Amino acid sequence: MSEVPVVSLEGVSKSFNGVEVLRDIHLEVARGEVVSVLGASGSGKSTMLRCINWLEQPDRGTVKINGEHIGVDAQGKQMSVRALASLRARTGMVFQSFNLWPHLTVLQNVIEAPVHVKRIPRSRAVEEALALLDKVGMGHKRDAYPYTLSGGQKQRVAIARALAMAPEVLLFDEPTSALDPELVGEVLAVMRALSLDGYTMVVVTHEMEFARAVSDQVVFLDKGKLIERAPPERFFTAPESERVQRFLATHR
Amino acid sequence: MENWQIVWEARDSLISGLFTTIEIFLIGSVLAFLLGCLVVYLLEQAGPWLRRALRVAIDLMRTLPFLIFAYLLYYGLPSLGVRLDAWTAGLIALVIYHGAYFAEMLRGARLVMPAGGVEAARACGFHGFTLFRRILLPQLLIRVRPLIGNQLIYCLKDTAFLTIITVNELTAAANSIQAIYFIPMEAFVAVIGLYWMVSIVIELLVKWAGRFGRKRGFDHV
Repeated sequence: MSEVPVVSLEGVSKSFNGVEVLRDIHLEVARGEVVSVLGASGSGKSTMLRCINWLEQPDRGTVKINGEHIGVDAQGKQMSVRALASLRARTGMVFQSFNLWPHLTVLQNVIEAPVHVKRIPRSRAVEEALALLDKVGMGHKRDAYPYTLSGGQKQRVAIARALAMAPEVLLFDEPTSALDPELVGEVLAVMRALSLDGYTMVVVTHEMEFARAVSDQVVFLDKGKLIERAPPERFFTAPESERVQRFLATHR
Repeated sequence: MENWQIVWEARDSLISGLFTTIEIFLIGSVLAFLLGCLVVYLLEQAGPWLRRALRVAIDLMRTLPFLIFAYLLYYGLPSLGVRLDAWTAGLIALVIYHGAYFAEMLRGARLVMPAGGVEAARACGFHGFTLFRRILLPQLLIRVRPLIGNQLIYCLKDTAFLTIITVNELTAAANSIQAIYFIPMEAFVAVIGLYWMVSIVIELLVKWAGRFGRKRGFDHV
């Protein structure tokens, strides 16, 4: 474990209007690792994920991407908008509600950030985007606008969009929660393939089967505290905390 | 029918008035539109104080009659040592006044826009003007498209007020014809027809622009 973790949260705390949603979170994600984040609604899972790319600003604690401070530097000074943006570009995020840009086609959605943030040549961006769209099985829809797609298709495009920035870590915020049950499988299949490709992933999810089959580590949040971290086998068969046992009993 | 004959013979002054109207309307509305975009961008970026100041400025413009504002620029400013010719004063009045309306329109669309798209852009590393130009503004424009058509027509009609600060536009041309030959009915009806024609062209262009939104599934907004 001498390698620098891709994501590290140290002592991260956050309150909304006086309500503590994250309390002293410590989390490290190693390169190539898939970490599933479980917990009841309102346990702070999404907020924790959003702290990783600073879409939510923690009140205390430090967040590092590949050893580099994000949001505030080592001295606690707020970093510039530009510096923050370029760090964020090294993470890829997939949202529950897809959040595709409706004015752009599927292909344009995928090349938008590579061309206008990373400033790579358009022709190269298109080439890479088409390969990614094929990878998520959406190559045939390259010229479609998002409103014509199903939820599962939108989410697969959103995954391709996140991949297009060649991120060091992929952050999934309940990627299947807004999908019709029969569409969940196609998205999970793509995510499973990514894990096999060696992507580093943090996945906030309610999909127990996925967490069990795909992740290297499962962490559990309860009322803003990270109370359990274990490999999936142990997490699902012999959890230490009584809270996790109760959670698993109701989610089987 | 003789009166119409007179209007026809004075067509050169009507046409030159029409061109002045179209010219000041086109330059004015394009600049006003850009000003509106700039203000919305500043609202997006600004701290609380600048934001408050901009909001006050927008509201001030919207509650001011356009004619008074044009008066203020043309007749009021010289007392402060700023002397503008009628055309420039009229243009500035149009740009600032309608710029405020465009800004308010875009601001309203921004308020009801779902947060997710901008959040996704930030997560991809977008920030500042690139985020505004590439992600935010196109969606705002598609949403406010029908309102833009309306505002352009208001802007066209407001150019008629500029006759009072001596801009030689279409209404001024009609006014001089009716004053010389005393045929107010025919002179003004002719001019109404011309304003109407310009409005129809604006409507058609805005309708045509709607296909950008329809193709992208924005028809419901």
